[in-house]
Amino acid sequence: MRPDSGYRLYHPKWYRRRMPIFWWLGKFSYTKFITREMTSMAVAYGGLLLLAQIWMLGRGEQAYQSFLSWLRLPAVLAFHLALLAAVLLHTITWLNLAPQALVVRLGGRRIPDGVILAGHYLAWLVASAAVAWLLLGR
Amino acid sequence: MVTALVLPALVALLWIAVPLGWADAPRDRLIELLRSPLSRLALFGFVTLSLFHWAHRFRYTLYDGLQLYHLNQLIAAVTYGIATLLTLVAGAILWTFP
Repeated sequence: MRPDSGYRLYHPKWYRRRMPIFWWLGKFSYTKFITREMTSMAVAYGGLLLLAQIWMLGRGEQAYQSFLSWLRLPAVLAFHLALLAAVLLHTITWLNLAPQALVVRLGGRRIPDGVILAGHYLAWLVASAAVAWLLLGR
Repeated sequence: MVTALVLPALVALLWIAVPLGWADAPRDRLIELLRSPLSRLALFGFVTLSLFHWAHRFRYTLYDGLQLYHLNQLIAAVTYGIATLLTLVAGAILWTFP
């Protein structure tokens, strides 16, 4: 047999279990995970609605008033209440992961998780106050 | 991160409190806020970040959640493509704001 006869070693394909498409409905913790990831859609919607509001602001008094009356529709208000819940879930789950993501060592000792968590929640409070101050008036 | 810190207050104030009459954000005040280029840039950054946050997370949710591994490239192109397109729209709107 020539050395370069092209003979290759046969290896069977590794066994890979096929996951069902609704695997995440199996356990509550899986469903919680997918719900958390789906709050990203609420984030995109928030950004786009802000953009729409800015656009309406630039189009004149009439256009802006019709936008405001759309905002006042009961269905839209209910949807935005659900949006608030989604955005709160997004924020709280994100901030609660901060101690796992941010491991800070000062002088050889590790800063406790509670401090990092408190720092993030404080930042949230400050940011919310800043938004309120900007929007509502000095 | 930015969206996590800012969005709850924004949603609660601008889209729930103001329409319900609990708070007041008159049109003049909002236009005044948008006058400076710096605030427009900040808003552009905010919209861009929220869009790409969605694109990234949604891509992996479809990948893991619905087990669409074989469509990976298509999903990536579609989600990031949508985010890029809407970012350009945002830029256009904020640039041409009167």
